[in-house]
Amino acid sequence: MNHKTLFDKVWESHVVAAEPDCPSVLYIDLHLVHEVTSPQAFSGLRERGLRVRRPDLTVATMDHIIPTRNQGLPLQDPLAAQLVKQLQANCDEFEISLHGIGDPGQGIVHIIGPELGLTQPGKTVVCGDSHTSTHGACGALAFGIGTSEVEHVLATQCLLQKKPKTFEVLVTGRLPAGLTSKDIILSLLAAIGVDGGTGHVFEYRGDTIRSLGMDERMTICNMSIEAGARAGMIAPDDTTFQYLSGKPFAPKGADWEAALSRWRMLGSDGEARFDRSVEIDASALEPMITYGTNPGMAIPITGRIPGPDSTHDSSARNAIAKAVAYMGLTPGKPILGQKIDTVFIGSCTNGRLADLRAAAGVLKGRKVHPGLRALIVPGSQAVREAAEREGLHLIFKEAGAEWREPGCSMCIAMNGDELSPGEYCVSTSNRNFEGRQGKGGRTLLASPLTAAASAVAGVVADVRRLV
Amino acid sequence: MTESFRTFSSRLVPLPNENVDTDQIIPARFLKTTTREGLGKSLFNDWRYDAAGNPRPEFVLNKPEMRGRKILLAGNNFGCGSSREHAPWALTDFGFRAVISTSFADIFRGNSLKNALLPILVSRSEHAKLFSLCSEYPEAEVTVDLEMQALTLPGGARIGFPIEPFSKKCLLQGIDELGYLLRFADQIAAYESSRRF
Repeated sequence: MNHKTLFDKVWESHVVAAEPDCPSVLYIDLHLVHEVTSPQAFSGLRERGLRVRRPDLTVATMDHIIPTRNQGLPLQDPLAAQLVKQLQANCDEFEISLHGIGDPGQGIVHIIGPELGLTQPGKTVVCGDSHTSTHGACGALAFGIGTSEVEHVLATQCLLQKKPKTFEVLVTGRLPAGLTSKDIILSLLAAIGVDGGTGHVFEYRGDTIRSLGMDERMTICNMSIEAGARAGMIAPDDTTFQYLSGKPFAPKGADWEAALSRWRMLGSDGEARFDRSVEIDASALEPMITYGTNPGMAIPITGRIPGPDSTHDSSARNAIAKAVAYMGLTPGKPILGQKIDTVFIGSCTNGRLADLRAAAGVLKGRKVHPGLRALIVPGSQAVREAAEREGLHLIFKEAGAEWREPGCSMCIAMNGDELSPGEYCVSTSNRNFEGRQGKGGRTLLASPLTAAASAVAGVVADVRRLV
Repeated sequence: MTESFRTFSSRLVPLPNENVDTDQIIPARFLKTTTREGLGKSLFNDWRYDAAGNPRPEFVLNKPEMRGRKILLAGNNFGCGSSREHAPWALTDFGFRAVISTSFADIFRGNSLKNALLPILVSRSEHAKLFSLCSEYPEAEVTVDLEMQALTLPGGARIGFPIEPFSKKCLLQGIDELGYLLRFADQIAAYESSRRF
């Protein structure tokens, strides 16, 4: 009987034990660790006198709180310095490999996993960070966990997990010029809402998904969590294999051939059934942008700002009214032309080479609008080097944008890169929650193309009028 | 072993906002800590305090009559967004022992159960009933009985709620999940050696 989904296959091959009326004991192949959600887990190990069971399957980096300027200098923020010092000490004590500040492998945790070849099809991957769903683009089952669970994995290399349900997201048709995979995921979020995927694992399928490169696929899987989904996966194919081939931790020689034959079996079977399903016609999409305070509050860029009257549901009316008030926007007005103060291009959502190339394509020969701050933050040291080899940094600097050093930066605003109260920012990151990019800041989520076009215009702009 | 979860009664703190994300529960700048303690003072920081750091009198947690209440009556999809366990740490440090909603984000729900913060799932109609109770009788006490999986309202009306048997057992008996997992050491070793790659 060939009726298993990609998710079923990865899940079933990792169940170590399952007692009646208990969650399954699920084996974890790769545990990624960063400075903010791990200190309490290591303290827990010490209190119990436990060791890390598999330091060889554990990899740490620093990304959330590190500055994106002068990374070689001592940290100015004493609390940030303490977290960095603590991670270094924990990795030393428990013999975990760490890509710290200055290491060529350093970067945002969800960018370095795939680019080092640590993330592979069929693996289970966890990290104390909700955007771990990114790694699903390689055909891995990858999900974010809390700090208690970080401790569980450090100690046992396993997690207690209830099996989630499956949810097919079928995307078909040719994506129009001026759109990227960010527009696909924002349109999914607008359609199903920020709790539409709760309790489920997405599998993105269809010819549109197949046509995307790995960087673009990662953008989609990254934001699965914004719909509340446990994870988002894409079946591995030749695009995946070409991407992984030759990566530092990818299998080599005969091991590579053996891995390929396993990986080719992972895709969902023809008769596979999903618990839920939704279809998106990519050819009918427009560039998407958010107007509110959660990622589901997204509209086509030529659309108008919704007001409370746009829905009959009383709690949704309140939510829209509150969001639009926080954002300082006027219902009924077009979002195009909304004045902005800052553009942020980066993050685990859109901080990879394809994203920087897209932004550079728009900014080449153009100038950032006078008075507007444009921050371009590569997702990793490797992305930074590759971008600089192509001269993208020169295009950004020539345009008047700031070219920074790798980290999470203004996506989470823990490192000093932040908005001032009331500022508007078109951002390629993943969350427009109140205060996410700095207390009182107002975030409009969009693609790197829309962000770059808006940086030039000084207002929310439609990149299709430029290309 | 952690402390076992016992039946308790409390008045409710109503917070009807939908999709309350963990960035609201505790903003990221308060995550620069290496311990689990002391986060209650930053709970809902940016809703609770104005730019000068003064309490906003209109925010529900700042109302004097809300002091000491242990149950948060929250809107749909509570705890979405970031996986930060600092969210339940901040809620429990403040004094909450249960959150009632029509739905919870998966990671927040799991994190709460590991910190003796009970996520109580109720239907939309029961949820609406509880909010009416709150506005009509703000002093109404509700009893949370995990053993019976029920909320008891003044006058004796009961609202049942679901919970997985494993989580219920862990909370009632004060079993910690890591202790349970460590018992599988032999099976984990056998699994590791059975893998061909």
